[in-house]
Amino acid sequence: MTDTQTTASGPDAVLIASGVEGGVRDQVRAWWDRVRGGEMGALPASAGIVVLTVLFTFLSPFFLTERNFANLLTQAATLVMLAMALTFVLLLGEIDLSAGVTSGMTMALFVVLDNVFAVAWPIALLAAFGAGLATGLFIGFFVARVGIPSFVVTLGLFLGFQGLALTIIGDGGLYRLQVREILAIQNSNMPVWGGWLMLVVILGVVAATSVLDRRRRTRAGVPNRTVTLVWVKLAVVLVVGGAVVAVLSQNRSASPAAIVAGVPVVVPIVLTILWLGTFLLDRTRFGRYVYSVGGNAEAARRAGINVRMIRWSGFVLCSTLAVVSGLLSISKVGSVDAAAGREIVLSGVAAAVVGGVSLFGGRGRLLHAAVGALVIAIITNGLGLLNLPAGVNFMVTGSVLVLAATVDAVSRSRASGTVRRN
Amino acid sequence: MSDAPIIELQDVRKSFGPVSVLQGIDFRAYPGKVTALVGDNGAGKSTLIKGLAGVQPYDSGTVMFDGERVELQSPRDAARLGIEVVYQDLALCDNLDIVQNMFLGREEMSHGTLDEGVMEKDASDALRSLSVRTMTSVRQKVASLSGGQRQTVAIARAVLKKARVVILDEPTAALGVAQTAQVLSLVERLAHQGVAVIIISHNLQDVFEVADYVAPLYLGHLVAEVPIAETSYDDVVGYITGSKTYAGAETSA
Ligand SMILES: Nc1ncnc2c1ncn2[C@@H]1O[C@H](COP(=O)(O)OP(=O)(O)O)[C@@H](O)[C@H]1O
Ligand SMILES: [Mg+2]
Repeated sequence: MTDTQTTASGPDAVLIASGVEGGVRDQVRAWWDRVRGGEMGALPASAGIVVLTVLFTFLSPFFLTERNFANLLTQAATLVMLAMALTFVLLLGEIDLSAGVTSGMTMALFVVLDNVFAVAWPIALLAAFGAGLATGLFIGFFVARVGIPSFVVTLGLFLGFQGLALTIIGDGGLYRLQVREILAIQNSNMPVWGGWLMLVVILGVVAATSVLDRRRRTRAGVPNRTVTLVWVKLAVVLVVGGAVVAVLSQNRSASPAAIVAGVPVVVPIVLTILWLGTFLLDRTRFGRYVYSVGGNAEAARRAGINVRMIRWSGFVLCSTLAVVSGLLSISKVGSVDAAAGREIVLSGVAAAVVGGVSLFGGRGRLLHAAVGALVIAIITNGLGLLNLPAGVNFMVTGSVLVLAATVDAVSRSRASGTVRRN
Repeated sequence: MSDAPIIELQDVRKSFGPVSVLQGIDFRAYPGKVTALVGDNGAGKSTLIKGLAGVQPYDSGTVMFDGERVELQSPRDAARLGIEVVYQDLALCDNLDIVQNMFLGREEMSHGTLDEGVMEKDASDALRSLSVRTMTSVRQKVASLSGGQRQTVAIARAVLKKARVVILDEPTAALGVAQTAQVLSLVERLAHQGVAVIIISHNLQDVFEVADYVAPLYLGHLVAEVPIAETSYDDVVGYITGSKTYAGAETSA
């Protein structure tokens, strides 16, 4: 988003550049300067995906198969969703340790309402979302109004909701999800043509937003980046997306009697939420204010921004999206127990940070969180295929997190260190 | 005094617990004129302007704007009247770029979404009109700017919306000689455009260079508000340190 033009300098240079001047080479150089200046974004995590994929492909013959790929995506969906939810509070420089148990508790509510009280499932679902929303309002009240650190408030909820889930479900109890529509999210695939249609829609949206953005800039009288970059972007989406859809369009059934093919239904759902959330953060006042509060809350306040309301909204968004994450989880697992969501929250924070969302607030994107979640999911999936004990998974994930947090801290100090070079 | 004041404070007071920081201040600022607010550390200068900014409302007293009584309870109230403040601790977001900072809190929209093109254009024009040459790109993050550049962004932010009153809190305190001269010429340019400029400064040399009026604060009281031509360096130092009281004509005459 931001551009550092390095060519113009010295007292007689053109007044101020836009940062979009020059050809592809200039833009690539400007991007590389930003990376070296500490704005690495999802670059380390993306590299991590490549390295891990190569590594696990060598270690397990099953890793790079169509079936495992589809399985990996559905496994990752819950974590991707939770990491995206957490990004809304991480961007504010806050944290929500209760996001996981919020998803667990609301799912317990959903399933119990459906199973035990025979409430129509859409109404039970509404109740679950209502509970998630109420949780966000509750946290927001104590953080934004009362002024308690979010770490403390949400740690309290983390414990409280486990107790609530135990009370609803009972120790060792487990409720099976019987709503076919919800089970379908993680257990059914679009027809093969649906996957290709999805790709066409994505290409269309990317092209349309690029064209509209360029038209707007032209109308305002400011320069545009070279149009080649739009083609490059479309080509990348086409190649990567095309490869994914192609692989998922192959028959991956374990038995010769049946055919299993197509992009899992969860994929377009997660992509849609990712797109909507990104739209909100990048293109609306609200999104801009989220970044400004995370960057410098006092500056935001002096600019007339209702900082309290922005914080509050962040927690509401996080808790509400945590409900979606819970839905993806029970759809995959098929049941809910008292411990649901207890462990995943730390993986969710880890995923966001690994992807490049700063723990210090103000930096990061939803896409970064999603990529980070894929890294964690690949580690879990790959180590699982190697039949390594669960302990190894925790240790590896923990190490990756510390590594990512170190990158975060170092790039942060770089971002303000490069600065005073002039 | 020639014109009608655009801002007139009458008997404003502010306390922090037992500490009475402003003890009944009467103060005016005039369109097209630079009024310098001077005083020792802790005299209450920042507190006085935070009230005008709506950031920290006064406990009591009257604020007249264009001859009408107004309430300044929030930064939005001040912004609506066209009062813009450049703070001593520059209120910028390091993680946002120059354009985003200049438009923070009053973004240009079209079709319900941020219009980055228009904002970038207006921001560039504003910086250009101030003859800013030291920045490479308006899309640079503020984190990567030097102190003088940050000051420029903060001032450009204030002039962007054709403010009627611009308040500068110690704008030159952290700047070198060349950048100080640049900021002072910018202050003069603002006043020429009819803006009422209120400048807080420790540097009396700066004050005598740009100010039309000087208003020394001493221990929560405004000693005087005098045309710069009718006072001297030594007098002002006396007012600031409390070794002199103002014996001239009533300021309200
Ligand atoms: N928010 C606050 N809470 C308590 N005391 C304050 C606050 N703001 C300012 N003060 C006190 O008020 C006095 C005047 O401060 P200030 O207006 O910043 O002075 P100046 O800008 O003239 O140096 C100082 O003694 C300072 O400690
Ligand atoms: Mg001060």
